[in-house]
Amino acid sequence: MGLTGQILLPGPAATGPCLALTAPISFWGGVDPRSGRIIDQRHPQCGLGVAGTVLALPGTIGSSSASAVLLELVHAGKAPAAILMDAPDAILLLGLVVAREMGWPTPPALRLAAADQAPLAGHMLTIAADGTITLND
Amino acid sequence: MLELTPQQRAIAAGTDGAAMALRIVAEAARLMGAPRLIPVASAHIDGALYHGDSGTLFAERLVKGGARVAVRATLNVGALAPAGCAAIRLPPHERDMAARMMRAYEAMGCEPSWTCAPYQAGHRPARGSDVAWGESNAVVFCNSVLGARTNRYGDFLDIACAIAGVAPDYGLHRPENRVATLLIDASGLSRSLRASDVFYPVLGTLLGRSAGTSIAVIEGLQGYTTEDRLKALGAASASAGGVGLFHVAGVTPEAPDAATALGGLPPRETLILTPAIVQQALAGLSTAGRTERIDAVAVGSPHLSLAEIDEIEHRLAGRRLAAPLYANTGRHVLKPLEAQGRRAALEQAGVVFVVDTCVVVTPILPEIAGAVLMTNSGKFAHYAPGTTGYAVTYGSLGECVESAVAGRLVREERAWV
Repeated sequence: MGLTGQILLPGPAATGPCLALTAPISFWGGVDPRSGRIIDQRHPQCGLGVAGTVLALPGTIGSSSASAVLLELVHAGKAPAAILMDAPDAILLLGLVVAREMGWPTPPALRLAAADQAPLAGHMLTIAADGTITLND
Repeated sequence: MLELTPQQRAIAAGTDGAAMALRIVAEAARLMGAPRLIPVASAHIDGALYHGDSGTLFAERLVKGGARVAVRATLNVGALAPAGCAAIRLPPHERDMAARMMRAYEAMGCEPSWTCAPYQAGHRPARGSDVAWGESNAVVFCNSVLGARTNRYGDFLDIACAIAGVAPDYGLHRPENRVATLLIDASGLSRSLRASDVFYPVLGTLLGRSAGTSIAVIEGLQGYTTEDRLKALGAASASAGGVGLFHVAGVTPEAPDAATALGGLPPRETLILTPAIVQQALAGLSTAGRTERIDAVAVGSPHLSLAEIDEIEHRLAGRRLAAPLYANTGRHVLKPLEAQGRRAALEQAGVVFVVDTCVVVTPILPEIAGAVLMTNSGKFAHYAPGTTGYAVTYGSLGECVESAVAGRLVREERAWV
């Protein structure tokens, strides 16, 4: 399957199970910054953890503190292994930009259309440094 | 492609706090496809709220690098309250890191406003001016009600823009991107509904859900809106969706009428509000189900204005509360209340002031199994279940006060049509 995401923020090659959200999420109030668990009780994936996953985001909503939550996830070692997003979101991705400025290891962020994200759900994925996405199972 | 000026390139190549700030702004610009950076007149900083140690370390790195804000910068809520207000249950390490963070932002020259309603605390940018504001409700108010231009600046980018004095030129900074494509028609709803405060967070929820990040113009509210209603509408829309700007025909500055707000084009989409649609959105704001239980009442997201405190005081009429009423507001409101000798009387009645912060951003509400929070705020209704563990019952301010007095849910007779 020849799928390539457009690199929004580069990072090292990453492997993880794909957690493909089925609804947009607000990181602040929606994801616990300490554990990486989804805590928005109205979200279909409430209760699942984002740490170590290839997190596929069909959309992002809500608070402008999303970047702080993502930075804290990086600092706490609970960040996703990679992030796939339908459209670049400066609020969320700033968390990764700042992590890099702080000299902390940052996961890559790639742009991938929501329609291309959905079929990846549950598969073990490897994201290469050039943005190539391969299924390992 | 982003073009930096030679001067900006020279700053970004440095190693100090100003260099780090400019690199962050430039990286945001690159991500969003902005061709250049533009000067901003002011900033509102949401980044001083403690979410974990990382944010404190970032702010202290900037301070250590000698960074100072280049423009007026007000501060959004922090995680701590001044002495005498609601007790905050942060453990010692977190309390220390939150205090360090707040000090770091003040050390960079930010104003200690500590409110999510800076626009009611004397920070009102001129119509048409470019600013860099964070905090979703402040952003939507700034764009929609004041007619100043800002994108939704996230934590870190807000302070970076304030230090650099510039912001990426894209999105809502550009007039062509401020045109509505969605028409929401509220004119078929009853006058009494449109004239009630309790309608506006419900409308905001509908706006957030239907608009997402696109821009709507709402028809049929002329003569019904107040600044506090627009504040409630915007806050609910920005928590239910990604709304950064809305227009209200005949009310907000860029919408003398719906056609102007739509840029003279027919709307791409039209939503005609019916009582059934409103009823459904109303139901979605409550998560507690059919129960009379109320453990606490929280009002003031966004922070209460003095006018809203006046109304609480008026409705209380000297009675004592059976359930605590958490009144979230800023020091710009508490100060005149104290000067007028009104704070103590409200506190004796059972009002708990939450100042400089609010009940959904820091642990204030006691941990009680199966607890229910009543609120008149669409934003609290949206976030409280996830951040406080309380289930939510949504109602009007009158219902909130009466329920706090009774210690159980009290409903007013109201037709949602």
